[in-house]
Amino acid sequence: MTLTTSDKQPADAVYRHIIPAGEPFLFEVKKGQTLRLHDLEGNQAVDTLFYRAASPRERYDAQRTLRRQNNAYLTSGSVLYSNLGNPLLTIVADTCGRHDTLGGACAQESNTVRYSADTRYMHSCRDNFLCACLHDGRLNKRDITANINFFMNVPVTPEGGLTFEDGISAAGKYVELRAECDVIVLISNCPQLNNPCNGWNPTAAEVLVWN
Amino acid sequence: MTHHYEETLPGGGHTSLVIKKGQILRLTDSDGGANVSLMLFNAHEKSERLNLPDTLKGQHTARLGAGHCLYSDMGRVLAAIVTDTCGWHDSFGGVLNAAEVAEKYGKGRYQELRNGFHRNGMDNLLVEMGKWNLMLEDLPMVLNLFSKVTVDEKGRFTFHSQHSAPGSMVELYAPMDVLAVLTALPHPMDPEPEYSPRPVELSLREASDPQGLTLCKTSRPENLRAFQNIERFAV
Repeated sequence: MTLTTSDKQPADAVYRHIIPAGEPFLFEVKKGQTLRLHDLEGNQAVDTLFYRAASPRERYDAQRTLRRQNNAYLTSGSVLYSNLGNPLLTIVADTCGRHDTLGGACAQESNTVRYSADTRYMHSCRDNFLCACLHDGRLNKRDITANINFFMNVPVTPEGGLTFEDGISAAGKYVELRAECDVIVLISNCPQLNNPCNGWNPTAAEVLVWN
Repeated sequence: MTHHYEETLPGGGHTSLVIKKGQILRLTDSDGGANVSLMLFNAHEKSERLNLPDTLKGQHTARLGAGHCLYSDMGRVLAAIVTDTCGWHDSFGGVLNAAEVAEKYGKGRYQELRNGFHRNGMDNLLVEMGKWNLMLEDLPMVLNLFSKVTVDEKGRFTFHSQHSAPGSMVELYAPMDVLAVLTALPHPMDPEPEYSPRPVELSLREASDPQGLTLCKTSRPENLRAFQNIERFAV
């Protein structure tokens, strides 16, 4: 994995926000701005979706993004394409090296499938997404599509297996994306307590934006 | 065995149909080398739809085949793959849009080619979904039946040409009423330079307890819980 660092200084950021463990955050990044997602304590899955702000029905398209870069994972140089085939953002720096594109977001309903029926009332990413979408008013359930899990490692084997591994990210790791148009960023800072993706300890993540 | 419905979907065609609870949709790649892009919805509450990330992570697989289930975003089984002679169905490739098809195959307008014009998966699925009042926002990841794409250790894809032999067949059992929307077009990663979509035969029949269903329920404990959720979260 090739790691790419950034020379951007937090002191120069025009915007900083810490997303506490388990909470959603919806905000906008303008064309040409750079967004950094910062894993403050390590191994925190940052579930993220992107929409074109001018027309949110245009949004991140997982299958087109993978196909066009001929790769199942995201890292520096990856272009995130929309469902209409346009670039939304480009990953310009990455000190983690791999981000999951297939695992999706945890939900009350999928937790009952993956773990057990009594996990139904635990907090989940899709609840976070729904809460932020419905408050914002521009997005609703159908807009919660296949998301990126920044800092998560979900390798595909040559035999077509899907494995969940951890240990790639660490405190202070970050990924930076340059916005190719004005975008809505929708984040659930994952509250998952049933698998070791975050060491059973969801922690805060930070977003920073530079002009 | 009563066949309620039979249809030969020509290469490039699109169709949609409701698979009632207890019915099986059989898809047959009669000529070999076909690809069918498929989307599924709860027929009664179409905001519930195929969720491939939930499907893949729930079964720890990136490929789909016999014994696998297709999950909705509500933790339920929309369809179970009760029969599969192909062995590998792709979850990566998605569908091409009009611009991508023109880039790959050149100009192919109706004005010159009439009904042999170049179709694309996105428009085909959108047209068919529109008939059920579904829109662009309702088209997330689709499943590509009869196609095989593998991933190497660096994450790079390889498309396996002619993976599906003539006569390959996959059967989807619906444990609840499901709307299936599908189109028969070449897989987006298929390197064949000629636009040559292959037909697929569809048939629908009753089969309340088909052979192969037990494997779908027991191949993973997650699948049994997803079947149980059909009753728990009934809508």
